[in-house]
Amino acid sequence: MRELARSHTEVAPATAVRLVAQREIDTRLRTRSFVMSTAVIIAVLAGYLLLQASLFSDAHRVDVGLTGQATSIAGPLQVAGKAVGLEVHTTQVGDRTAARAKLEADELDAVVFGNPAEPEVLVRSELDDRLRAVLIDIARQQILTGELAKAGVTDPRAVLAQASQADVEVTTVAPAGAEHGQRLGIGLIMVFLLFMAISTYGTMVAQGVVEEKASRVVEILLATVQPWQLLLGKVVGIGLVGLAQLVIVAGVGLVMAVASGVVTLSGVAIGALIWGVVWYVVGFFLYATLFAAAGSLVSRQEDVQSVVTPVTIVLTLGFVVGLNLMLQNPDGTGVAALSHVPLLSPVIMPGRITAGQVAGWEIALSLIVTLAAVVALTWLGGRVYHNAVLHTGSRMRVRDALRGTR
Amino acid sequence: MPEHTLAISGLHKRFGQVVALRDVGFTVRPGELFGFVGSNGAGKTTTMRIVLGVLDPDAGEVTFGGAPITQQVRTRIGYMPEERGLYPKMKVADHLVYLAELHGLSSVDARAATQRWLGRLGLDHRRGDEVQKLSLGNQQRVQLAAALVHEPDLLVLDEPFSGLDPVAVDVMSDVLREEAARGVPVVFSSHQLDLVERLCDRIGIIAGGHMVAVGSVEELTASAGAELEVVAPQAEPGWAANLPGVTVVAEEGPRTVLRLAPGADDQAVLHAALATGPVTRFTRHRPSLVELFRAVVTEDGGGSRHA
Repeated sequence: MRELARSHTEVAPATAVRLVAQREIDTRLRTRSFVMSTAVIIAVLAGYLLLQASLFSDAHRVDVGLTGQATSIAGPLQVAGKAVGLEVHTTQVGDRTAARAKLEADELDAVVFGNPAEPEVLVRSELDDRLRAVLIDIARQQILTGELAKAGVTDPRAVLAQASQADVEVTTVAPAGAEHGQRLGIGLIMVFLLFMAISTYGTMVAQGVVEEKASRVVEILLATVQPWQLLLGKVVGIGLVGLAQLVIVAGVGLVMAVASGVVTLSGVAIGALIWGVVWYVVGFFLYATLFAAAGSLVSRQEDVQSVVTPVTIVLTLGFVVGLNLMLQNPDGTGVAALSHVPLLSPVIMPGRITAGQVAGWEIALSLIVTLAAVVALTWLGGRVYHNAVLHTGSRMRVRDALRGTR
Repeated sequence: MPEHTLAISGLHKRFGQVVALRDVGFTVRPGELFGFVGSNGAGKTTTMRIVLGVLDPDAGEVTFGGAPITQQVRTRIGYMPEERGLYPKMKVADHLVYLAELHGLSSVDARAATQRWLGRLGLDHRRGDEVQKLSLGNQQRVQLAAALVHEPDLLVLDEPFSGLDPVAVDVMSDVLREEAARGVPVVFSSHQLDLVERLCDRIGIIAGGHMVAVGSVEELTASAGAELEVVAPQAEPGWAANLPGVTVVAEEGPRTVLRLAPGADDQAVLHAALATGPVTRFTRHRPSLVELFRAVVTEDGGGSRHA
């Protein structure tokens, strides 16, 4: 006969939460689906970066054919092109027929004929604005050189060199910089990753709640832990799995982006990653209890989609609207306003921080408002969960779940 | 060990218009096997869920060792809910270790206890399998292990015998006896009344949300009175009709079946029978629990359930 067990130690709430969270991590992190989904997201990101890399290099390269007298501007063309960020490659072209053939074959972007002072350009459909400016500049210099010589200036080149030194001194008040495009790109990717992480792992919380209801294991669990401990453990556990995936994907993406040269602003990118993590934590907690409360209303996996959809719609709305407004103008008032709306802020604010200009107080305000919403929704969601989690059978109405007592 | 007595008193619970429990109370002492019987919907599951804190009563209280059942006390209860449930995709051993840890065992103790119970219940070779891959009978065994793995100080089992094969019924009976023998109060509900009669020290019968009888099998059946079967070939019909404390249940030729009120004298009946001539059979038999159950349940009839 064994003695009555005395090995029991009291289960502190923190221990219960840790055990529940640990189980979530153990059963989800080492699964094939986690590895697969991480690999797929990284692959998609890599594909996007490759596309960007080829677009970038194409955008900077111009192939120009030169004929007759125009051959002499090859040197100035390359120098002047570089000044405006164009990589000009020149080739000599025999005649108009050959030029036309090369343009049609997409081997050349433009062909220059005739006198450098009055150049004639043949293109397939339209002339690159920067190339046009460069050619006009060269033509002006040719004309000026001629006129200065006529006016008796002995060294027209010295005059021109002096004139070309003229520049405008620029002081920026709010520097957007030439890196604007990169910032926007990084910001958009971060917004996308946050949206994916919160919606995927939020839905997983709802499915986890329903799994416990459907398998009835929840009754054994609630006989020893409090509903809030079970809920918090589940949210923390699944949240950490989502965080792990987010950090892996964003980290690998960052390394790839810097290595491939698509992103040169590694400081901005690292900042984006850190803000992304901060907003993921806040945003996940904001949505997780909503997802959990929604899940607790039903008892079968087949019904999860119907209760989760309203939550997902709000999240998707924030994503789509935020993305569009950011593409138009990341510093616009629309984006600024939406980045303070609690359910939208976790997706929009981190994108805005990376892509545009955000004052410190704005970030602080948005965080405070969002955290207040986390507290309120956790209370509401926790109450719904508490009342609905043991309800089996038909779908429970939110109003009953908010009011009811067990 | 009086500190390990489970005491339930004055429980009331209603769900909307339906009164599920009214003034339910009983005690289960250390080392006692308490059988909780009643028809479907009589209130057994509701009572057990209240003991586990899964439901809150409208009134009344549950104490264990004289103190109200708090969350800390609950971790020392072994519970098998009516609706069986485990994580289908968790491995058997992992699942039991997890539940043991949730009930306050250290990781090392949880592993040792899991090992011991898997061996005891013949599940050693399935320890690495997912719960859903097991047969229903084996899932039931895991469910029992889940209730016992943390070495509880109190066992509350809702229909532990339902769905078990005869071998598993024997294993379950042995385990419950062992647990009681080490001083644990054991409460379980069952519809298998013969099993309850054989196994339990005390029995509580609930009908219509109200306790109609609580006591040992002897107490209950003694208080219910006895039945007499008398065969007196020369007796006139109606010979026993006027005897005090006696009700005639059936008269078929020479055979008469009588019900004796509690405390009525059977020897007086025998004298009356002998007065009619020879008596070839005179048998007294105590009602079985099944008969007793039928009697009290139909009497109380589950009436007045609606407020």
